[in-house]
Amino acid sequence: MNPEPIDWKKYLIVFLFTLGLFATASFVSNYFSNKKVDQLKSIQDKIAIDILSSETQFTLLSELSCKNVSESSVLSGELGELGRKLEWGQQNLGKSEEVTYLRKYYSLLQIKDYLLMKKISTRCGGKSAFILYFYTTAENCSECEKEGLVLSTLRDKYPELRVYSFDYSTDLSAVKAMLDIYKIEDTKLPALVIDEDVFTGFHPIEEVETKIKESFKLQEKNSIETENKE
Amino acid sequence: MASISTIIFNIFIFLSVYVQVFFLITFFENRKQIIIRDDKTKLLFYPEVTVIVPCWNEETTIERTVNSLLELNYPQDKLKILVIDDGSTDNTWSKIQSFEKHANVRVFHKENGGKHTALNLGLEHTTTPFVGCLDADSVADSESLARIMSYFESKPETMAVAPSIIVSNTKNFIQKAQRVEYYMSVYIKKMLGFMGAIHVTPGPLTVFRKKVFDDLGPYHHAHNTEDMEIAYRMQINHYQIDQANDAYIYTNTPATVKKLHKQRVRWIYGFINNTIDYRNVILKKKYGNFSIFTLPTGILAIFASSFLFGKALYAFGEFIYKKITEINTVGIQIPDHLAKIDPFFINTQSFLLFVTILLYSLVILSIILGRKMFKGKWEFSLDLLYFFIIYSVIAPFWLLSAVYNTAVSKKPSWR
Repeated sequence: MNPEPIDWKKYLIVFLFTLGLFATASFVSNYFSNKKVDQLKSIQDKIAIDILSSETQFTLLSELSCKNVSESSVLSGELGELGRKLEWGQQNLGKSEEVTYLRKYYSLLQIKDYLLMKKISTRCGGKSAFILYFYTTAENCSECEKEGLVLSTLRDKYPELRVYSFDYSTDLSAVKAMLDIYKIEDTKLPALVIDEDVFTGFHPIEEVETKIKESFKLQEKNSIETENKE
Repeated sequence: MASISTIIFNIFIFLSVYVQVFFLITFFENRKQIIIRDDKTKLLFYPEVTVIVPCWNEETTIERTVNSLLELNYPQDKLKILVIDDGSTDNTWSKIQSFEKHANVRVFHKENGGKHTALNLGLEHTTTPFVGCLDADSVADSESLARIMSYFESKPETMAVAPSIIVSNTKNFIQKAQRVEYYMSVYIKKMLGFMGAIHVTPGPLTVFRKKVFDDLGPYHHAHNTEDMEIAYRMQINHYQIDQANDAYIYTNTPATVKKLHKQRVRWIYGFINNTIDYRNVILKKKYGNFSIFTLPTGILAIFASSFLFGKALYAFGEFIYKKITEINTVGIQIPDHLAKIDPFFINTQSFLLFVTILLYSLVILSIILGRKMFKGKWEFSLDLLYFFIIYSVIAPFWLLSAVYNTAVSKKPSWR
């Protein structure tokens, strides 16, 4: 009995067809990815405008009343939400360059928000606590992951708590300046800055909570003093 | 840069889609040749056929099986039935003896030696030009034999014809899941038939020309999958095997996970070991699509499933580790942002998601096409869900067991 000849053409056609299906899947996935990056961009733009507007408002009104400023300032919740989305985007979108760019911009917005909120808080008082948090994604840092969990838990618990997180490896001069100011070294990550004090390595939730509670009181005290002076 | 694991994953998915597309294109090429008859089948000429029924401890099913042969729409004087008790320890032998009153039934009793020995005893007593085997847990539809024989009538070069095996008596979701799988098998078998690449001539009533055994010798033990080995032997000798999609054999399927596991370990162990025995024929174009397509596809299925299972297990382990770290660090937290799920976090953009959907759609399509290849209608039912659950969660275990058994040379038992 003779063997049936193999239809190599069919093997090739099936290959091309499969390739086509894969290309379509890749195209669709790319399309949705881009949509998500656009979504991130628009959120970021909105926040940038909000911050700029608050800054301007603050400059305009600083001599007059604190009331308007604190009411209309950007809520760090929005910024925190954007941070979460960016982090998720970096893990899932596979658009590393664009997301890295957005993350740089995000770091800058965080610094601006931090400076602005600090000013508002010093001048107008209010129950706010700030934590600057430095971590790294350049290498596997399990302590950073743990510290991140501690901070998100605390942020959920204390809505007034503002956590500004910075990736050590961010290639941005403003972030580098922050690293210089607080003398953060990449060997001692994660690092926390609470009220100008630097804490390196992992700190458990109880310890950080005690510190922010102190920080709350400190700021409340400061703001009372400021009010007294006024 | 994509990790090695992602690259391997994509290659496996690509090849799996390739296989499904291959079947689909084969389907479109040959769909006009697929006939589904619903009436009494008439042949121009009814050749003599012997059907061997090997049995071992089948007291509960043997009568139904033999009765289904006696009720076939096939001239009883052209049909010889050889019932062979392979050393049963229950009442099988006494039940079989009651059939001796039929002129065309002969019964044999022998010491237990395995299914292939029972079949070979039957072959020794076969004098007809066609011979088939019917497992004692299966029941033949009254039209099945005539429809199978019609394939020999229309194509003289056909050397064996396999039927469509349909799951009967589905009592629980494990059997319902298998019913869906058998639909898919009908489709795959039919397509492999068109490609001349069938790798198994199943125990539930495959009919051979007697010449096959005269030329190629009797059944071998073949790692308890003699019905696979004979197909391998036929393929490398270029003996054509067809599939009669409208010849129905109803079979009982394992009702428990444990029994199903045992059956599948035996099948996959058989595939692995027969393929190892016939390793020299893999990817040799002189052996046709069987060697270029069927065997590599089976090997791919084993590697891909093992890999996917490992990957899923790793992801699960990682998830658990993360959860434990989280609980150790901050205690058990009820995340308040779960209450309002932001659609942003739904993975609508992942390439992996789209190719997985693609593959699943092709699998579902093959199930539907398989179901349409015999009488009745396709209906969406929960069976499909059971199928995906059972086969994605439990299948890797029998696969790995079969691989493990091969590695440590442990032979799986029949039951």
